[in-house]
Amino acid sequence: MKKEKQSGMTFIVKTITNLIIGFMLVFGAYIVLYGHITPGGGFPGGVMIALAYILVTLAYGRRVVESMISGVTGSIADDIGALVILILGFIGLYIGGTFLFNFLPKGTPFKLFSAGYIIIYNLAIMLKVGMSLYIVFLALAILQRVVTTRDETKEDKK
Amino acid sequence: MNTLLPLFTAIPICSAVLILIIGKFDKKNFPRIWSLLTSLSLLFILVVVWDKGTIIHEMGGWKPPFGVVLVKDNLSRMMLLIVNVVAFLTIIYSYVYIVKFEDYLRFFTLFLFMLAGMNGVVLTGDLFNLFVFLEIASIASYALVGYGVDAEELEASFKYLILGALASVFILFGIGMIYSITGSVNMADVARFIVENNLGGNNALLMATGLFIVGFGLKAGLVPFHAWLPDAHSSAPAPISVMLSGVLIKVLGIYSLIRIFYSVIGITPVVSYIFITMGVISMLVGAFMGFGQDDMKRMFAFSSISQMGYIAVGIGIGTPLAIIGALFHLLNHAGFKSLLFLSSGAIQTSTGTRNLSELGGLRKKMPVTSATSVIGALSIAGVPPFNGFWSKLIIILAAFSAGYFWLGAILVFTAFLTLAYYLRFQKNVIFGEPTSLLKNVREAPFMMVMPMVVFAVFCLLIGIFNGWIISNIIIPAQGIITNQLGYISSVLGI
Repeated sequence: MKKEKQSGMTFIVKTITNLIIGFMLVFGAYIVLYGHITPGGGFPGGVMIALAYILVTLAYGRRVVESMISGVTGSIADDIGALVILILGFIGLYIGGTFLFNFLPKGTPFKLFSAGYIIIYNLAIMLKVGMSLYIVFLALAILQRVVTTRDETKEDKK
Repeated sequence: MNTLLPLFTAIPICSAVLILIIGKFDKKNFPRIWSLLTSLSLLFILVVVWDKGTIIHEMGGWKPPFGVVLVKDNLSRMMLLIVNVVAFLTIIYSYVYIVKFEDYLRFFTLFLFMLAGMNGVVLTGDLFNLFVFLEIASIASYALVGYGVDAEELEASFKYLILGALASVFILFGIGMIYSITGSVNMADVARFIVENNLGGNNALLMATGLFIVGFGLKAGLVPFHAWLPDAHSSAPAPISVMLSGVLIKVLGIYSLIRIFYSVIGITPVVSYIFITMGVISMLVGAFMGFGQDDMKRMFAFSSISQMGYIAVGIGIGTPLAIIGALFHLLNHAGFKSLLFLSSGAIQTSTGTRNLSELGGLRKKMPVTSATSVIGALSIAGVPPFNGFWSKLIIILAAFSAGYFWLGAILVFTAFLTLAYYLRFQKNVIFGEPTSLLKNVREAPFMMVMPMVVFAVFCLLIGIFNGWIISNIIIPAQGIITNQLGYISSVLGI
């Protein structure tokens, strides 16, 4: 169908990916934001968001997904997630006298803005976990490419 | 005052993350200088909290049985001193040493994570939290062992990873067992439950005891579980060998064993005998294997196993005198083994080899390194007035006064063996005539020599002022170990 060699998988996979990618991201964000009210939280939500990007990598190839979030950006976002958690801890230490003291108003239970800093905390964990998984996958994809090119050159020599 | 305790782990992690971010723009100087400042700040905090007695910090404001607590008592204070002083001097040493690897960013990030993990293990009063910090320190050390990415180093790192992960699983299972009986993971609360309900012979508790001995024994490098140690110690870069041998096996292995068996579960005669047996086998195997090594660092690694055996024997005997000896030996070993590994790194940097058969006559070419190596070798061999003599003497005296005559004889015999293979090291490396390969050898740079001199001065000063060190640092720590009820009441406030 296509004349030039295209990266990634077939047209079917790409179409399905286009369809479900938005749902995955929205559901991941929901799991993160409602982590303190319903089951879930930063970790599972972060994994879902990372999986959305991994799906794009599988369907379209590494180059496309790296134009969205490059390895360096992902790494810095990952570090910022960790830094936010630490800063929350330090603010708690300053205000309440204990590390990670919940210094924000608690609000009414079962509303979105309740439970103090937990929502910020979940967002930070989402950044940390999601970006870490994404970078690990990128690194594995690079490794894969190195191995395959090495095999190809070997075959060429033969 | 108790607000300072979480900083021991939070500051290194924060610095590590900052190094990862800012280090992307300033690859060379920022990681080195920032980690030096971090380590220095930890020493300042340690000075501030040093003589404030037992300090409890409730994380997030949750009371002890429910939340995580950090406990700084006289035992953790001693361990914090060892960890942070060794880490500070090692970072100074790495400032120049690490230049040849050309990757400052990851080295210092992982180093600071390892430091944070070890500080956390020492400070925590919660079993599961101990596991988490132990994993942080272990995983950072797996990566650091394979830092040179040669085939041999990666093999050592992989071996260490597999065995270390196995040990972590054992420890986690042990904690699960403890939780199944007591319904708590807070160390003081678990200890209270075990003491109140007199659970000494409980089967699940015995199972947990076995799992802990295997898990922490592997982290400590005691003999049936020592397979990873010689490979990991000899393939790691010299600063990492120092951290592994000088601090990591003590904090993750010996300290955790002491804390869990003396403060939490309570020591029983069976466990004591297991410690003594493992210690004796470690001493002898380490010493005999030390003879056969041509690689300098491998010899030091086997010597570490041997000296860990001394400490395990001291803990196993269990009398106050023996525990004083074991803790003093732990402190001393951190000093002289760090010194020896740093010297081996300096020798390797200057000469390009660390094989005993290829070296010789370094006392003319590298006078300072030779002097510090000799001091380290004499200290570990137990020659007065250096520090190793006094701690070995105390352990031997404790063995005789507790009625273990054969054990005392073996301890003396191993001390002679240690002296013998360190004399071999001195003869082949420091004295004798230089081989033709070593014509153009020069002294190591100042930043590498300086920490070695500091460690050598420590070895001498601790040896001379041993009474002051024992009465001000060791005996308070021993008081914590032998007073299980005191630990429970000081943490839970009952």
